[in-house]
Amino acid sequence: MTGAALEVSGLRFAYPDGQRALDGLDLSVESQERVALLGPNGAGKTTLALHLNGILTPESGTVTIGEQVVDESNVMEIRRRVGLVFQDPNDQLFMPTVADDVAFGPANLGLSPAAVEERVTEALSAVGVADVGRRPPHHLSGGERRRAAIATVLSMRPDILVLDEPTSGLDPAGRRELVEVLAGLEMTQLVITHDLPFALELCPRSVIVDGGRVVADGATPQILADARLLSRHRLEMPFGFTAPRHQDFL
Amino acid sequence: MGAGHAHALYVHEHSLVHRLAPEVKLVAAFVFVLAVAVTPRQAIWAFAVDFTLAIVVIRLARLRAGFVVFRLAAIAPFLLFAFLIPFIATGEKIEVLAVSVSADGLWAMWNVIAKATLGGLVSIALAATTEVPDILRGLGRLRVPAVVTTIAMFMVRYLELVADELGRMRTSMTARGYDPRWLSQAKPIASAAGSLFIRSYERGERVYDAMLARGYTGVMPALGHRHTHWQEWAGASVFPLAALVAGVIL
Repeated sequence: MTGAALEVSGLRFAYPDGQRALDGLDLSVESQERVALLGPNGAGKTTLALHLNGILTPESGTVTIGEQVVDESNVMEIRRRVGLVFQDPNDQLFMPTVADDVAFGPANLGLSPAAVEERVTEALSAVGVADVGRRPPHHLSGGERRRAAIATVLSMRPDILVLDEPTSGLDPAGRRELVEVLAGLEMTQLVITHDLPFALELCPRSVIVDGGRVVADGATPQILADARLLSRHRLEMPFGFTAPRHQDFL
Repeated sequence: MGAGHAHALYVHEHSLVHRLAPEVKLVAAFVFVLAVAVTPRQAIWAFAVDFTLAIVVIRLARLRAGFVVFRLAAIAPFLLFAFLIPFIATGEKIEVLAVSVSADGLWAMWNVIAKATLGGLVSIALAATTEVPDILRGLGRLRVPAVVTTIAMFMVRYLELVADELGRMRTSMTARGYDPRWLSQAKPIASAAGSLFIRSYERGERVYDAMLARGYTGVMPALGHRHTHWQEWAGASVFPLAALVAGVIL
């Protein structure tokens, strides 16, 4: 598969209370690309994510996944193709056991019970938590719960993985394990994050969103080396960190 | 009892009763309780048969006597009430240990004690051998409306989270010197309850989004496809049928 996996153009959206979240956002992500979506709180990052598989419907503009423009008629197919991992794993894991939760998506796709079971095993092993299937979600560690949440969308075999703040609430080891899991997944990934070192480690390309539109788009090392650009959008590298220069990185 | 089996009432074992299909156990327990409930209170022999049956099930489930007795404490409030009946009931009085009590009241007390204990024993056996997700699945297979089982499932899943949240609110109130003694100091508790309600409501919306994102169409997919053999129904039906027969004949 080549070409754009995800194409967003002129996306505008306001919440019912009048708050404008997206204001003509354009973004194109190539197949197999890993892109970090950076930006301050309230920039519209999560709102964008909710448009990518048709949970929110844009006021104007389009979202195209592969060759399909997202609309009412193909929303089920889009939801299979775009896996959305929410910020709080407790929102994502709502079934009594992890295995049931991972099975929820494929079962909605109408797969046979045997095929669903195969998907569950496959997805849980892909994120390295093959042994937690029978456990209830609230008995997992934070890191396990995060990876289980990712498994719940991997079981639908999506083309694109969209993760909202995947490192929030993780301890350093859990964060490193998450990097390893995500780096090992061969699929298009869009990662919303405030964790700039995480973006640097995982995503060759970064996009800054502010005020509901894309304000910067480029190689992550270059974006993160531009301290003035970052501070204009309420972003900063943690104390003591500097992004390696692009040439060092290559 | 490993960390994998988190429900306080469940005892991890590999007994015959544990292996029985959940819907079979549910029906057997329900019919047994029904049989006990319709047994006339004077039929002491019938209760003896019922009690023996309950003990046999508990032995088959390999539950420890200490555990069962400890769990049986749940019916203590009913027993407390039962002990009052002979003193407050009217009718023919008899002397027991030099205290004048109502004969009818004594029978009523016996009725409550015997039936509550038997009902308690069966419920304990059911809960100790069947995990909550399996009970919900069993109810589903017994054609209990999906709305009911789904609500029960979400309640089981999120009750602990809501309790945690309440605990954190209380801690944060205590940490700031809140030590209510008078009714006039109850306002913070009321507003905490209010905000807990709002937070749970908002979580409900996020969970619904997470469900939509994985192709939810309004119907929970049926998970688990274990086949129930007729031998299970036949084997398990012995207990409630014996109780019914005992209740009617003895």
